[in-house]
Amino acid sequence: MDAQGSDANGKRVDGGEFVYRHTLLVRATHWVNVLCLLILLMSGLQIFNAHPKLYFGNRSDPEQEVLAIRAVQEPDGTVTGQTTIGNLSFDTTGVLGLSKGEGGELESRGFPSWLTLPSYRDLSTGRRWHFFFAWLFVLNGLLYLGYSLWSGHLRRDLVPTGPQLKHIGHDIVEHVKLRFPKGEESKRYNVLQKLAYLAVVLLLLPLVILSGLTMSPGLNAAFPFMLDFFGGRQSARTIHFLCATGIVLFVIVHVAMVLLSGVWNNLRSMITGHYRIEPAE
Amino acid sequence: MNPIPNLSRRKFLTRISAAGSALLLGGCDRLSQSPTFRDFLNMAEGATQKLQRLALSSRSLAREYTEADLSANFKANGSTNIDDEAYKAHVRESFANWRLKIDGLVERPAELSLEELRRLPARAQITRHDCVEGWSAIGKWKGAQLSQLLQTVGLKPKARYLVLHCADSFGLGAPYYESIDLIDAFHPQTILAYEMNDAALAVPHGAPIRLRVERQLGYKQAKYIMRIDVVSTFAMIGSGRGGFWEDRGYEWYAGI
Repeated sequence: MDAQGSDANGKRVDGGEFVYRHTLLVRATHWVNVLCLLILLMSGLQIFNAHPKLYFGNRSDPEQEVLAIRAVQEPDGTVTGQTTIGNLSFDTTGVLGLSKGEGGELESRGFPSWLTLPSYRDLSTGRRWHFFFAWLFVLNGLLYLGYSLWSGHLRRDLVPTGPQLKHIGHDIVEHVKLRFPKGEESKRYNVLQKLAYLAVVLLLLPLVILSGLTMSPGLNAAFPFMLDFFGGRQSARTIHFLCATGIVLFVIVHVAMVLLSGVWNNLRSMITGHYRIEPAE
Repeated sequence: MNPIPNLSRRKFLTRISAAGSALLLGGCDRLSQSPTFRDFLNMAEGATQKLQRLALSSRSLAREYTEADLSANFKANGSTNIDDEAYKAHVRESFANWRLKIDGLVERPAELSLEELRRLPARAQITRHDCVEGWSAIGKWKGAQLSQLLQTVGLKPKARYLVLHCADSFGLGAPYYESIDLIDAFHPQTILAYEMNDAALAVPHGAPIRLRVERQLGYKQAKYIMRIDVVSTFAMIGSGRGGFWEDRGYEWYAGI
């Protein structure tokens, strides 16, 4: 890719200027993270399906669920998939509670087979996948965080500048209109990007790890304060699920932004590091 | 050089991702069934166990709760009734002729009646039971401290694990068994519980005694214990993975 120009000061090619945007370590940890989060999500839903209900506190008392996904037999004999959040119930037949299994027949399961790992019901294998990739995810995250602190990536590239924060209103309007920064401004992350990445890196991902660890009876004995921090083991399980939901929402927006703001340029920059700067009008 | 309209690019991307996820799903299911890959994934268990053992002193206690925290309805999971004539006779006789056998790598093999177990130093504790499925219930347990019993019978130098043989056969006649190492066996909260919520342990919960090993998941809490075999390795028992559920793919170290 050297032919396209690669030095940090940029070089004009094809009417655009290339900057070296992502270091090798950031790119590598990004893609390891993609793999880990995908497997953790799908194996996590397999584990969730073993008891597709969520509670707050330490116990899982019947009738106290904050979320329940189940198959319900109606008086006329038909079976539907029902999702209950608090006092609200939704018919989610086909997706949640009742969906097609491997053989194409409707079966009672929390999340559908195309979202779980393995696709068939197998809690122990789901746990094996989950814990292996949890280790990889944590080590990868520590490597990224350590590097980001040491190299100044966090301070230089992710913490918003004062002027950026001042113009956050303007940035929101521009984003809503799907107009993305060009020229000099596109050489760095915009303020919404920075805040979203910071929230994920420093809040959501640490929380998903800590709430996951708080479900471990062994670690509960070693670090009982974690139970108090999350408000009990079942609360930790619920918060773990909510954090995972938050990560999924982030990824949806993230991928949408990648698609809308120049998919090939974005992909290339996360693979080779080189990002093309579109000249400002 | 970019004549491809956006629509077809979108279509292309959609197709690529659909094909990709189908490949991924099928591939992952195949990987899940490959013994080599399973062994690879299982490396995480060793790392988890080592790190938890480092974080846990051998005496750090599982949290104990209060009477106010007890579950109104403690779910009885796994086998809840046993279709075995000898066991049914014990139930009819209120376990008067039941004996817990302790043998294997011990200096003084023993057979203890329920009365004798009750005379051993006991411990009562209100703890949380966490099922591998995800639910939790809080119960009060009272029973003989396993450490005391082990001191009575005396362990031989090669003793490494305790294998608990149970009266229940789960499903297709495979006998339930579990195993723990000496760190957990000598932990102060590890008891052979004969009481639950201030009453004699009921049949669905494992009468006459069940193990409480409070820093691990529910399937380690073996019910209907008939015999404790002290061994140097459990490789020769069952499928060699140390327990009924372990033989079916679950972790031997169930601290997570």
